[in-house]
Amino acid sequence: MELRVVDQAANKPAAKAKAPAPIVQDAATHRRNPGYPLDLDWVERIRMNRSALERRASSLPARRSVKKDYQAAWLLKAITLMDLTTLNSDDTPGRVERLCAKARHPVRQDILDGLGVADLDIKPAAVCVYHAFVKTAVDALEGTGINVAAVSTAFPHGLSPLSTRLAEIEASVADGANEIDIVIERGMVLRGDWQALYDEVKAMRKACGDAHIKTILGTGELATQTNVAKASLVCMLAGADFIKTSTGKEKVNANLPTSLSMVRMIRWFHEETGIEIGYKPAGGIATAKLSLDYMALMKEELGTHWLQPHLFRFGASSLLTDIERQLEHTLTGHYAADYRMPMV
Amino acid sequence: MNKIAEIFTSLDYGPAPEASDIALAWLGAHENRFGHFIDGQWTKPGKTFATENPATNKPLAQITDGTADDVDAAVKAARAAFPKWSALSGYQRGKYLYAIARLIQKHARLFAVLETMDNGKPIRESRDVDIPLVARHFYHHAGWAQHRDREFPDHVPYGVCGQIIPWNFPLLMLAWKIAPALAAGNTVVLKPAEFTSLTALLFAEICEKAKLPPGVVNIVTGEGDTGAAITNHPDIDKIAFTGSTEVGKIIRKATAGTGKGLSLELGGKSPYIVFDDADLDSAIEGLVDAIWFNQGQVCCAGSRLLVQESIEDRFLEKLKKRMATLRVGDPLDKAVDIGALVAQVQVERVRDLVKKGVAEGGQLYEPDIDLPATGCFLRPALITHVSTANTVATEEIFGPVLVEMSFRTPEEAVALANNSKYGLAATIWTENVNLALDIAPKLKSGVVWINSTNNFDAAVGFGGYKESGFGREGGKEGMASYLKPKWEKELQPFKPTAVIPAKAGTHPANPLDDTGSIDQTAKMYIGGKQARPDSGYSRPVHGPAGLVGEVGDGNRKDIRNAVEAARAALGWATTSAHNRAQILYFLAENLEYRADEFAARIKAQTGEDGSLEVAASVERLFAFAGWADKYDGAVHNPPQRMVATAMVEAIGAMAILAPPSRPLLGSIALIAPALAMGNTVVLVPSEKSPLSMTDFYQVLETSDVPSGVLNIVTGESKVLAKTLAEHDGIDAIWFAGDAETSTMVEQASVGNLKQTWTTSGLYYDLSDRQKFEGDYLLRRATQVKNVWIPYGA
Repeated sequence: MELRVVDQAANKPAAKAKAPAPIVQDAATHRRNPGYPLDLDWVERIRMNRSALERRASSLPARRSVKKDYQAAWLLKAITLMDLTTLNSDDTPGRVERLCAKARHPVRQDILDGLGVADLDIKPAAVCVYHAFVKTAVDALEGTGINVAAVSTAFPHGLSPLSTRLAEIEASVADGANEIDIVIERGMVLRGDWQALYDEVKAMRKACGDAHIKTILGTGELATQTNVAKASLVCMLAGADFIKTSTGKEKVNANLPTSLSMVRMIRWFHEETGIEIGYKPAGGIATAKLSLDYMALMKEELGTHWLQPHLFRFGASSLLTDIERQLEHTLTGHYAADYRMPMV
Repeated sequence: MNKIAEIFTSLDYGPAPEASDIALAWLGAHENRFGHFIDGQWTKPGKTFATENPATNKPLAQITDGTADDVDAAVKAARAAFPKWSALSGYQRGKYLYAIARLIQKHARLFAVLETMDNGKPIRESRDVDIPLVARHFYHHAGWAQHRDREFPDHVPYGVCGQIIPWNFPLLMLAWKIAPALAAGNTVVLKPAEFTSLTALLFAEICEKAKLPPGVVNIVTGEGDTGAAITNHPDIDKIAFTGSTEVGKIIRKATAGTGKGLSLELGGKSPYIVFDDADLDSAIEGLVDAIWFNQGQVCCAGSRLLVQESIEDRFLEKLKKRMATLRVGDPLDKAVDIGALVAQVQVERVRDLVKKGVAEGGQLYEPDIDLPATGCFLRPALITHVSTANTVATEEIFGPVLVEMSFRTPEEAVALANNSKYGLAATIWTENVNLALDIAPKLKSGVVWINSTNNFDAAVGFGGYKESGFGREGGKEGMASYLKPKWEKELQPFKPTAVIPAKAGTHPANPLDDTGSIDQTAKMYIGGKQARPDSGYSRPVHGPAGLVGEVGDGNRKDIRNAVEAARAALGWATTSAHNRAQILYFLAENLEYRADEFAARIKAQTGEDGSLEVAASVERLFAFAGWADKYDGAVHNPPQRMVATAMVEAIGAMAILAPPSRPLLGSIALIAPALAMGNTVVLVPSEKSPLSMTDFYQVLETSDVPSGVLNIVTGESKVLAKTLAEHDGIDAIWFAGDAETSTMVEQASVGNLKQTWTTSGLYYDLSDRQKFEGDYLLRRATQVKNVWIPYGA
């Protein structure tokens, strides 16, 4: 397939404030998605078979399991792939500060020492908050290298005026957020208005500037896997750095079949453009076992390379405690209790 | 560097072994030596052979090689147990099956580990596929036991069933055999494959625990000779075999003429068709389940990939990438996709076939993945640039080897798919429901999976078309394979009516020899036209009062022409059932219109008043006209989110050799169900009194029967039967007549494993409406295809 790279000049960032550069492990080789023209023929060629996706998704966790030291290593990795998140209407600076403190020390030091991995500098990739707490988080995380992600654009519904949403992005970036999780208008997908979706995401990408953009599809409200896949592609063409499943507020959040639809679109996009797009499942990923299933899915469908923070994130909060418990269990052989872990 | 830190970077999977101690303890408790399980007792181990773990090549246990005496003891036990077992109420039998299901679930882990160690299949498969399906099979059949008499009125079990099963799904194939047999009220003697006897022996212990009465299930271990002793045992009433087509044919031959029931589930070379509008990534994943499930040692493996040319390159590129992420290794590792083949001899066999494929021009792709140093392991393989003429495109490889060809149109896909002696399963990938449901009925296979593959369930019949065998396992069809009508067990030998003296031999058709006024030599009826016999010879037809007329003396060339005409008319099966009914009604109407004439002809040939026979024939045509649009399929509800539609399909081109008695009804009673169900027919009418059916030409010609749908060749029944039974263009043959010819027909049918129904010299009173106006013949004139259709927006 022929794809023309969008004029870079037209894509120049418009950020007002300087945001810290996001963590990119493969910085030397990773090319940011420049965005591409909307290719409706490509969109129309997408086929996703729900039953087959579900069959693959249900057999995959049974086909791959990691045990003992391997499991510990994978779980430590999982922490580094985390967007430690609080997105509640009753959030306060105090609550966000506690989250950030946990991000600085995600695993009890005695556990890290016991496993002999204190040098690995285990910490989550980002902390994810509402716009109102971006400053709080930036301050609390200063010097850690942990990114601050903001859910801007009228999260979780995305239905305020576009100008308001763009302004919100700009405000978040100005406050120091270097990752922006935007929500798409689900109605555009349900109406098949790909042009409108493309235009909005493209405008948001522009508003993000150097901050990386994760597009939340709200997959639980897109009805079909084919819609999920089409929306994924349109967002990637419009310049998304990540595609993300859910706000956590829909009735159905991230799951493995939907993840397959999305990562297979990432794979296809990579085959056609050479650009690596990140994937972020969010909502309901609360257990260590489930995080391993997602990692296995990424490894199987996209390769081990994709298990890096610039290409894969979990949106999570309680997941961290469960991982911490599993790590302690690996270390001691005893089952651990959550109240003995510093609370998220 | 710390190991965890290393893995943190590599993110390898690492080993995830399932513990084998539970199985080793069980083997140890038996001192790693086993006898047979006969009459509820364990025999002392006799002459034994080793069964090995193919992943390590190390012996697991010593298995007794069953002798003919062992088999005889088992059959005697089964025979002795039969009266009591079959006299139990369905509820009582059902409770035993339920208990077995529960016990299998309770010991699922031991079964799974033992199966994996004995067979080499990944623990994930034995744990998540084989054993759960086994339990499900017994649960499902517990219900059939209870409802047998309601669903199969006036049917009785065969008696003692001999069952011989393969090594690829050892316990699952045992369940497929034993559960329906027991539910129906039979007792069994089962021989597991010599490579994989262990779970069958563990199953025998389950039977003990379930307090199954002694002799109901007998397990005799051994090799080919033991199987032959079962096949040839005179006191076995039915043989059920799953295995190679080669051995299936030997069994078909051995059981010919014995009156034993027979069901065969044999090999396959199943097509896996991918259209350009499929969800390609899912179709790739489906292939993993199709050909790399159980190391490809699956009779219904999707081993022939047919890809639409427009997506071929892209699809193969995706496939190769996917193959590279398959993990081959220790079958007890939970994160292994492909385990060990069952034995070194199979590894060699597969390697030889792959070599042959490459020598014939195929391009081999094997991903560069690690294999264990020892054990029966093979890399997954793909052979492209293969054509229909290549060995690997036609022969069953029974290993992790996929061959690929492309097609351009749906029609070509169907033609390539059906270009095989086998007909077990087929897979179709397309997101277009119109295309999928158009292709499914056109594929000659007993199972069709749409947008999925290798689905199995106890409620859905499984079995093949063509040389993949006959009979079904699972569902109502499967139960039917273990029952027969009560009356059929009580049939008496046929006593021919007084022989009408006939001039010996045949003689040239010379009108000068004819004493009648007008030449009465009837021709053949082939392809909708009357045709002279190829030989130019004719046969006299005598009645009580002397010569009645003459008919052509058919030979193999007449048969050849008739079969060609019948095959050219196979589209009859796709004529709507309503239209077929209309034509049969029209036949009845036109026959009745000439009732007097036909009655007179019957009287002339047999001396009996023919009017009743004509009336019965008209009624029979009416009956099957009525059946044409009613004997249809079912919709099954397997546990997955799918429907499985059991479609009742015609078998194809049938040969029917009518009985000597009842010149009109004898033929009509057999052709009516065959035609009603959409088969085309080559009929050999009564050898002695063929004129009623040659008269019938004129009824055919006035009744809109499409040409080739019914072809009639007169002549010597035995000779024509042989040619028909040997003809690969005939899909099923019915012979009503003497035992000797019945045996010959069954033996000669082995070439293409055509389905047979013979009367073996017993008297089947075809005028009996109760027996022959219903589903008895309809079932034999059809085969069931199960089409699995998953759904989900």
